[in-house]
Amino acid sequence: MQANNILILGVNHKTAPVEIREQLAFSGDDQLPLQELLADTGCSECCILSTCNRVEIITVSSQPAESAGALRRFLFGKSGLSEEEAKKYSYLHQGDEAVTHLFRVGASLDSMIVGEPQILGQLKQAYKIASEANATGAILNRFLHKSFSVAKRIRTETSIGSSAVSISYAAVEMAKKIFGDLQGKVVMLIGAGEMAELAAEHLINQGVSQVVVVNRTFERAVKLARQFNGKAAGLDELIPQLEHIDILISSTGAPGLVLRKDDVKPVMKQRHNRPLFLIDIAVPRDLDPELNNLDNVYLYDIDDLQQVVDVNKAERDKEAARGESIVAEETMKFSQWLAGMEVSPTIVELRSKAEQICQAEITRTLNNLKNDLPDKARVSIEKMAGAIVGKLLHDPILYLKSEDRHNIDRSQKLAVVRQIFGLDQDRAEPSSRDD
Amino acid sequence: MTLLFQLTFYLYLFVTVSYLVFFVNQNKRIRTLARNGMVLAAISHLAYTVVRFLVVGYTPITSNHEAVSFFALAICWSYLSFRWRYKVKNFGVFVSPIIMILMVVSSFSSQQATALSPVMQSLWLPVHASIAVLANSFLALAFCGGIMYLLQEREIKGKKFGLFYTRLPSLEALDNLNNHCLTTGFTLLTLGIITGSLWAKQAFGAYWQWDPKETWSLITWFLYAAILHQRFTAGWRRRKAAIMAIVGFLVVLFTFWGVNFMLGGIHSYAG
Repeated sequence: MQANNILILGVNHKTAPVEIREQLAFSGDDQLPLQELLADTGCSECCILSTCNRVEIITVSSQPAESAGALRRFLFGKSGLSEEEAKKYSYLHQGDEAVTHLFRVGASLDSMIVGEPQILGQLKQAYKIASEANATGAILNRFLHKSFSVAKRIRTETSIGSSAVSISYAAVEMAKKIFGDLQGKVVMLIGAGEMAELAAEHLINQGVSQVVVVNRTFERAVKLARQFNGKAAGLDELIPQLEHIDILISSTGAPGLVLRKDDVKPVMKQRHNRPLFLIDIAVPRDLDPELNNLDNVYLYDIDDLQQVVDVNKAERDKEAARGESIVAEETMKFSQWLAGMEVSPTIVELRSKAEQICQAEITRTLNNLKNDLPDKARVSIEKMAGAIVGKLLHDPILYLKSEDRHNIDRSQKLAVVRQIFGLDQDRAEPSSRDD
Repeated sequence: MTLLFQLTFYLYLFVTVSYLVFFVNQNKRIRTLARNGMVLAAISHLAYTVVRFLVVGYTPITSNHEAVSFFALAICWSYLSFRWRYKVKNFGVFVSPIIMILMVVSSFSSQQATALSPVMQSLWLPVHASIAVLANSFLALAFCGGIMYLLQEREIKGKKFGLFYTRLPSLEALDNLNNHCLTTGFTLLTLGIITGSLWAKQAFGAYWQWDPKETWSLITWFLYAAILHQRFTAGWRRRKAAIMAIVGFLVVLFTFWGVNFMLGGIHSYAG
């Protein structure tokens, strides 16, 4: 199997605008395009990954040069774009480059938001559809499975997906840094707004037990409270309620301050100095900036949260660099496996493995017998063992060498033989290498 | 015996360096090395103390070398016992340098074994001294927790996310650590003072004789009693508790060392 037979043709958010991508997208679980693709492009295996940020066709072809053009026509057929434009918007990866590319995609190193976890699920889904349509064979099966395990390895060995990269998640992350566990904590929502509600929702998902909604108009408070299964309160109850809450998210449209330092200071004593996390996502701000100077009060406004996001993004980039080196390492391993997927190296490996077993067994037997045997008998035993091995291997080797019309059969055969004789064992999956 | 001490010393050195390297580059393999190294060091240190006990014939806690080494040993085992029950991210990074400093001090002190005065040859010696040192070790852990708390709070409050923000645990976890170590340490401190006064009664006929060490132990005790009392009544939690844990430990250190060098008294190490 030549590495160059692997081809990936695709467009993504970096190479093509959304107007182009949406024309090329394939619908969810449709097997038809896969069948057409196999029939029209001379590819022996294929898989189509189609998400909102990318459309990629992953294939194996014995005539990569011809297939590349056919693939491009296939992908851009419906869009009516000229060949020039099609070339401009798409990328074509071949061989090792294609291997690296898919590993990066699966591990979310190529994503718009590096480290986002959805892409791996989408890739798995794409593979499931392709394998159900019998569009994948020995090479793609291994290739895609490998891309899953590489993604998993990168996720466990680096902290690429562990920090918040949106404002509302940053609020949750800070809350966790202050309170540790959010179980049993109470959050108060002043005013309403998309971002505030989103943050409240994230907090509830993390175990916050109760939501108190405060609004200038009580009806709106009641309505929002119902949405979170919480409690409503009027604006006049704001300060008395402070004693019982842990996190406050404020996003009113009020022109002035809603809460001042002097309002909160006496409350902290009643709270026995339990910490209070104040989040101000209103512009103009609702909460007195001076509040941050109180002991055990932590005030974050929208710029502060944005800063958390920026820091995390920078951290992710650093982790991504570690991910890239894992990809490089795994690409090399996969290429080695691909190189072994040829007839002659497989036969060589098969013979040497048999030879090793034969030698080991002969040595053991002869050592056990020590001096009970005359030299002549020893030579005979060695010859006999060699003959048995040779005859046993004769048929598998003939099977490997037999000519076929189609390439797919050969790689299938190689995969079967290699699996039966355990030739890839030392390069087996490093799937769960946690420490 | 000296060989065992050296082995322990270099093991601690290895652990401290690995922890510091881990803290910067966050390579989990190095952390595994450091963790295992810590257990090895704890065992080898314990072995050294036992061997020394067998060789010199008394609990090795009377010279400066012995007492400081015992202090380090106690911190190491308290840390391991704490680790076994709770998980506090990167705690070892802060504890290991303290152990290391103590080991350096210990290695520079005379390792000569000295004859004990008759008063010291008592079963009270191991009981009283080891409880007192164990109390100090938990207070040392609280000190580490206090420092970690202040570092972490400074970044959270100042919104400047530097080295510590991602590496240190939540403020809540650090406050819990503080609480656990302070209460354990305080209980042991109380026991230490009680056993000490029982011993004094037996040896000198009086429960209390205002020896400088006794006085300072009492001051330490009152300080920690105040910290804990305030914690449970007026809510001296978190930041204030962290600061007090640091201040308290400085007083502990003075009681442990300063008193001997500056004020003398029956607790002076023989060496």
